[in-house]
Amino acid sequence: MSDAVHIAGVGIHPFGRFPDRTVTDLGVAAVRAALDDAGDPRFDAAFCGTAYAGVAAGHKVLSALARTGMPIVNVEAGCASGAAALRLGAEAIAAGQHDTVLVYGIEKMPKGIIRSTFFEPWREEAGLAATPAYFALRAQRLQREAGVTDEQLARVVVKNRRHGVHNPDAMFRKETTVEEVLGSRIVCEPLRLFMLCSPNEGAAAVVLRRGASGDSAPVRLVGVALRSHLPGSVLGEATPLSGVDDRDIPPPTTLAARDAYAAAGVEAADVDVVECQDTDAARELLSYEELGLCEPGEQGALLDGGATTLGGQQPVNPSGGLLSKGEPLGASALGQVVELTRQLRGTAGARQVDGARVALAHTVGRGANASVTILTR
Amino acid sequence: MSDRRVPVRAGLFDADGDGTVTLLGSRCRACGRASFPRAEVCPYCGSADLEPVRLSPTGTLWGWTTVHAAPPGYEGPVPFGFGVVELPEGVRVITRLETVDVPDLAFGMPMRAELAPLSENEDGDTVVTYTFAPA
Ligand SMILES: [Zn+2]
Repeated sequence: MSDAVHIAGVGIHPFGRFPDRTVTDLGVAAVRAALDDAGDPRFDAAFCGTAYAGVAAGHKVLSALARTGMPIVNVEAGCASGAAALRLGAEAIAAGQHDTVLVYGIEKMPKGIIRSTFFEPWREEAGLAATPAYFALRAQRLQREAGVTDEQLARVVVKNRRHGVHNPDAMFRKETTVEEVLGSRIVCEPLRLFMLCSPNEGAAAVVLRRGASGDSAPVRLVGVALRSHLPGSVLGEATPLSGVDDRDIPPPTTLAARDAYAAAGVEAADVDVVECQDTDAARELLSYEELGLCEPGEQGALLDGGATTLGGQQPVNPSGGLLSKGEPLGASALGQVVELTRQLRGTAGARQVDGARVALAHTVGRGANASVTILTR
Repeated sequence: MSDRRVPVRAGLFDADGDGTVTLLGSRCRACGRASFPRAEVCPYCGSADLEPVRLSPTGTLWGWTTVHAAPPGYEGPVPFGFGVVELPEGVRVITRLETVDVPDLAFGMPMRAELAPLSENEDGDTVVTYTFAPA
């Protein structure tokens, strides 16, 4: 992608529950904030990520702002919807099609276990569409193959919730303890309530612009990779009904990470700060290996050594992650980009990763879809 | 309630008079891999050269958990077991499990296919799906 694309502005509507606001209201707040931050309200095209907001949801946001006329594209890619929109926007600039692009993500999730049109009705009727059970089976496999303990799963939650205390845009801003996590109600063994993120509501927006800005050190978007799954893994995010031996089948996160590192010309070791998909506590640990932050089987040790905690070598989820923020599907990937832009600008306050120059954002979910985005400054 | 049992979806499995439950799969003549459920195209290599196979009614436990709250669209009993059974054909199948006693289960333990009742339909028939229980 070269260094042709930079982040001119970012904006976010806090993630949480807002019964008095429509999904359009949430989007309007995030887009206005991003355009204000960019210092110039003009843009040539708009890409909106959402999974649940319905037909032409992105158009409604820009109509409410009296900012229409340009092409507006609504994009769905499950948990990676915002990243898919970001990719389209970045590629449009890199291809010379547009100079300034608005990318935003909006969502108001239903409460509880997320109903999905993804499954055939008979699978729901048979109880075989229980999404948290898939998360649990992945967690159990990680425990079996990498020796991860229940306590380590709890410590992922404790770490991210501690980070989230300092994030005014997060839904949960209270610390928790290993005892409290392990004492919360069981959802699907070995996962307990506090180990799962909450689907919720929110919006985030990013303005992308070609070339150098007045800023002498702009935040550059140097890699936006989006991949789907290869067939074979019975526990993959594609949630098939059967699979085969998958030891030699790279998961979609690994595929996306390879693409993003190649595009950015960096390696995993160069990354200073990570925002990754912690849909559940085990998902964060799986990502450590899939993103190349550690070798297979070393996930627990990486966590225990403090490398992924604020102040460590490669802090993961300084924003508090989805475990603190909650997950509004279409907005979550762009929420990560907002956080990492602030980290690279050095304006992340109490959750600042000192001297961060290379940042990585990751999502993975239904589809399967996985995204890896790399920003540098 | 009648004695009739109807499958939650036709073509997934069948049950013999002696109680043997068989999952209906395919084997790909191009790549050799078995798959479940039956499909027009091999889910691994894309070949349409598939032969129908009857998968082994027994396998080994590969993963397990318990679903404690009814997921969306599900009206059967809770809690229920949920997991993966690996069949000798090399297929790992997502399945219900006929036990929710997690400590009683172990990786690699032998499992056998059975039928699980889910609900009663408008005709009073019992809607059933496949499940696995410790053999
Ligand atoms: Zn094949």
